[in-house]
Parts: sequence; C-alpha cells; structure tokens
Amino acid sequence: MSQSLSGWGRYPVLDCELSQPRDEAALRAALVQGPVIARGNGRAYGDSALQPAGTIDMRAMNQLHDFDPATGQVVTEAGVLLGDIITAFLPRGWFPAVTPGTKLVTIGGCIASDVHGKNHRHAGGFSNHLDWIELMGADGQVIRADANSNPDLFRWTPGAMGLTGVILRAGFRLQKVTSGWIQQDTIACANLGEAMAVLEDTDAAYSVAWFDCLGRGAALGRSLVMLGEHAARDDLPSDKRHRPFHVPPRRRRRVPMDAPAAALNRFTLRAFNRLYHWNGRRHAGRALVDWDSYFYPLDAILDWNRIYGRAGFAQFQCVIPLQSARDGLHDLLGAISESGQGSFLAVLKRLGPQDSPFAFPMEGYTLALDFPVNDRTLALLRELDAITVDHGGRFYLTKDSRLSAETLRHADRRVAEFAEIRNKYGLTGAFASAQSERLNL
Amino acid sequence: MKDTVLILGGRSDIGLAAAHALAAEGHPIQLTARHVAGLEAARTDLALRHSVEVSLHEIDALATAGHEDFAAGLHPEPGIVICAIGALGEQVRDEEDHASAVQVMRANFEGPAILMAVFANRMAARGSGTLVGISSVAGDRGRASNYIYGAAKAGFTAYLSGLRNRLAKQGVHVVTVKPGFVATRMTQGLDLPERLTAQPDAVGQAIRRAIQNKRNVIYVKPIWWLVMRVIKAIPEAIFKKTSI
Repeated sequence: MSQSLSGWGRYPVLDCELSQPRDEAALRAALVQGPVIARGNGRAYGDSALQPAGTIDMRAMNQLHDFDPATGQVVTEAGVLLGDIITAFLPRGWFPAVTPGTKLVTIGGCIASDVHGKNHRHAGGFSNHLDWIELMGADGQVIRADANSNPDLFRWTPGAMGLTGVILRAGFRLQKVTSGWIQQDTIACANLGEAMAVLEDTDAAYSVAWFDCLGRGAALGRSLVMLGEHAARDDLPSDKRHRPFHVPPRRRRRVPMDAPAAALNRFTLRAFNRLYHWNGRRHAGRALVDWDSYFYPLDAILDWNRIYGRAGFAQFQCVIPLQSARDGLHDLLGAISESGQGSFLAVLKRLGPQDSPFAFPMEGYTLALDFPVNDRTLALLRELDAITVDHGGRFYLTKDSRLSAETLRHADRRVAEFAEIRNKYGLTGAFASAQSERLNL
Repeated sequence: MKDTVLILGGRSDIGLAAAHALAAEGHPIQLTARHVAGLEAARTDLALRHSVEVSLHEIDALATAGHEDFAAGLHPEPGIVICAIGALGEQVRDEEDHASAVQVMRANFEGPAILMAVFANRMAARGSGTLVGISSVAGDRGRASNYIYGAAKAGFTAYLSGLRNRLAKQGVHVVTVKPGFVATRMTQGLDLPERLTAQPDAVGQAIRRAIQNKRNVIYVKPIWWLVMRVIKAIPEAIFKKTSI
C-alpha cells in the first residue's frame, strides 16, 4: 500500500510503498522488491527511514523473548519500543543503559542509529551494551552477528541506519537502578564558557546543557546545565521509599494542529527562551525528578513536531572533537545568533570516546538544534555544515534531512569505507533509504 | 489476587490486545487456541512484559461436545472470559459454497455461543464473573457485502443480550463489544477508512475499561454508534437499493 510518510521532522514527505510484516516469511517476501529500508517508530528526523520503492514497518514484530535477571540481558524483536522495556523492567529495578531523548523509539532504531544519551561520556553508545543482533540479509537469510561470529556486521551495523540489513532481534544489557527517580542539579550558566566548564568538571552520571540560542556577545551560550544521578532509595521522601520504582503517571497533552509558520519568529523565540531561562534560574539547585519527566520531557506532549508548522522542521546535530570544541561551538552559536533564526532550544552534551566504525559519537561536544524549514534556515544550516567541517566535526545521520553527499564525505572519512563494506556484502542495491541515495552511501 | 482472564481465540489480535491490557493490571492470563504450537512466543512476551502467570490451553471452538470438560479442566477457574473467536469468511465465495458458509456461521455464532453458555452456567453457580463477547457492527444490519458473517454476529449479539438479561440478577456481568473496523491480521489487505479503523491496542483498552466500568454494549470508536444509528434508520425500501 502506498502511503505518504515522513520522519519526525515532517520534512521531506514521500510516497512510500509500505508493508508491515508480522513474521520472517512476510519480511522475506517484502525484501524481494528491493531496494528497501526498515522503519521503526518514525523518530528519525529526516529521510533515514523512507524508501519510495519499499519501506518496511517493523512495529508488528514486537515481542519480548527473554530476560536474564543475573546479567540484565533482555532479548527482544526489533519493533519493541524502548518505553515498553521500561514499563516491563523498571518495576524490577532495571533501566536502559543508554537512552535517547524519547522513549518512543524501537530497539531496531536504537541500534540502527546507535543512539546516545546524557550519559555517553561514561556509558558510551547503545552499541556498548549490545551483545548480539540478528539481521535479515538481502537473500532473506537470517544472520546472527556478535563480537566473534560475523564481527564485521556486528561492528558496522550500529549507526548504519539500517543499511546493513534488516535488524530482527537483539540481545542487550540493561543497567540496575536503585529507583525510578533522578536526583537533578540545575546550574544556570551565563555563557558558553561557563557551561563547558561545568560539563567538563562534573562526574555526574547524566549531564546536558539547554541553550538559549539568541544570547549574543557576553551572553552567547547562556544556558541551564542539568546534572543527574539515579536516586538511591534513601534519597526519596518517606512516602515514596516503599515503592521506589513507582512513579505517578504524567498527564499527556497533544498539539492539536499545525501551528501557522508566523507563530515562530524571533520575538516569540526570545520570549520563550527568556521564560525558560528565568524559570530555570528560579528552580536552580537540587530537585527529585521522576524518570519520565527527566529523560523524556517532550514525550508528554504528543505530536510536538507540529509546533513548527506544516512545512516541517530540520534538526541540526553535529559533534566537534574535544580539542576544537570551544572554537567550533563559539562559531556555530555565533552564526545562529547572528542570523536570528533561533530554535526553541538547543542541546549541548559532552560525549566520551567511542570506538565504532560508523557510529556518530566521538569524544567532544555535540550540539543539536531545530529549525523550521524555509529558505533562510536551509542557508543557515549550510553555513553550520561548513563550520562543523572546518573544526573537524561530523554529523548525526538520524537527524539529517538535507546534507549533501559532498559535505558528508568531507566531514567523515569513514563514509567511503562504509560504501565499500556495503558493496562487499552485496547490500548496496538491496537496502537503501532516500537518505542513503541522497548521500550516496 | 486478581481474577484470571481466559482469552478464547488467543491467536486473534483483539484477543491478544485484551490479554495485554488486562495483564498490565496484574491479571493472570489463560490463552487458548485450537493448536497452541506457535503461541509460546506470545505467552513469553505477555509474561515478561507484565510479570503475570500466563498459560496455554487447546480448544476447538466448533467441537462443542468437549466444552464442558474444557471448562472443568481450567485451574484456576477464570473470573473473566473474553471470546474473540471468529472468522470473516469470503462473502462472494460463501454465497455459492454452502459448506464454507456453514463454517463461517459456526465459527462466529455456534462455537462462541456454546462456550459462553458453559462459562455462564459456571459463573451463575458461583454468583460472580464477567463474560465478554466480541461481536461486530456487521451484525447490526445485514448488508450485501457481508451478510453471512453479519448474520452470525447478529445471532451472537442477540445471544449475549439474552445472557446479560438472564444473568443480571445473578451477579454475572456480560459485555458485548462491537469493534468496527480494526487493523488486524483478519483485515490485512482490506482498504479500511482511517477514521473508522481502530488499532488492536485501542480495542484491548476499550475492553478493559468496559469490564471495569461494567458497560453493557460498547462500540470501540464512538463514531460507530452514530454510523450504525444512521444505517439502521434507513427504511428497508431504500436500504435494499444501496450498496454500503
């Protein structure tokens, strides 16, 4: 069935032949038409999970297979949502070792993007907790890959955006936690230098800075740094101590319609950012926050991607290596502030080292921002691309909807080798997304 | 200890969705199918997600002679029984192929009704319990496009209504569920209008709420109540010339 599809940013929108296999036989049948790409819960921002010739919705393959309380290893099908894992295992004292900013992602998507979280510096990427995967190759055969068997496939699949085959199942480890609450410290920082100093010096498990993009001059990089640790049972007030993993359900809101494009301009943005910063300062200090509000604040607002209007939005996320991070971030924030095309919020995280052949993270600082799609912001994004490349940075494909193949190759020397590996294993014609075609992967 | 829930038709998407919705509240689950081979994965998934006991049981809904023994062999005795057994058939083929039409009638009416009867008697004797029958909006008025299935469901709807009337004074509650279009394995490949089509999860939650709130008859998507009101209100002289 042909269906209009997009990523989370609602840009671009493409007509895709969509199938939803319920078992391996149906998936095998869907592969025949090639090229195809697997799709999870549609949370990649751009065109990573769009293929007009054949997009495979993996959400019907969503069973939990096994859990080992001795090691914390869970075995699931690719279509299981991270939120389902939390619902199932947090009451038993387990939580994902690595989580992105939404729980509404599939496990297949977590692996394909090799997602990272606010604890990357200590915990690494999702793949750091991955024991094995099963993939369906172009020939319909199911291949199991781990550190010892098919190690090539095991190493290249995280971050490969589904281009090494369809991820079917995986075994990965959860972390043991002491409660469903996070001890959060909020620190208001006047500028980029202060925020980086806090992020650099902290040994908190989780850390992130939320920026106000419109600060200029001495206020460039005005931000709230939020540090977090899993709260111990003794940190909880007495009324919560007897059920440390229980968190009252949050009220959910929905964005009922597309906002008109005019709703988002430098004045509303400035007001929003001021308010946010002021509110943050007011609440600076220590607070006990439930896991859902701490890790997934935006999940409480269903369809929040509609606030950017009908034209959709593009997210920009790059990582700048440690040695050039200060200059690189200064230039990036300077260019954004200069243009006045601010985004509601920008997020800065300190990443630790990661040794994987194609995943996004590397030791340094990663900056992520949203922009409504229009000609001016697309021009700004090209400017940000160039600044990133100049400082030795690279781009997160999960967020991308508009990079050029040329820029990507400049930024990331691994791309050529990735294309070779794809050729070597006969994957190039069989697995392709609109993104991989645009970027010539 | 929460009531054990028996799902008749444990392979159906609606039956499984109801199992998940109730297991999430801590109800132990008994899943049934004609052959349970292949249901092991669903069992494991339910048990892992919700930390409840889940067991598998074989029953052929059409072999009505065995129903009493089947019910007597269940331990613990289920406090809630949900019947999601059914088969859509193929209307055009079944107009000619009477054997196949008989199968559709039996799978949607005879088998489910006798199963309900067996559990109704046991619950009446105990003085408690809830029966849930998944019927269909297709039973609200016979239409050319699916009247064999629809007639069987109409029979089931009437049967459930009668049971509810009989058991109301005996502490047993009966829920009739008319899901409307649902995106399931049964309807895969049909071109269903999005606004009128529910996801199995939504049906599962609606069933859970209907049990908890002791509802009598529910349409999963409220719009179906209106749609069926309109369809039922059309005079027969006009209705017979339409193709809805």
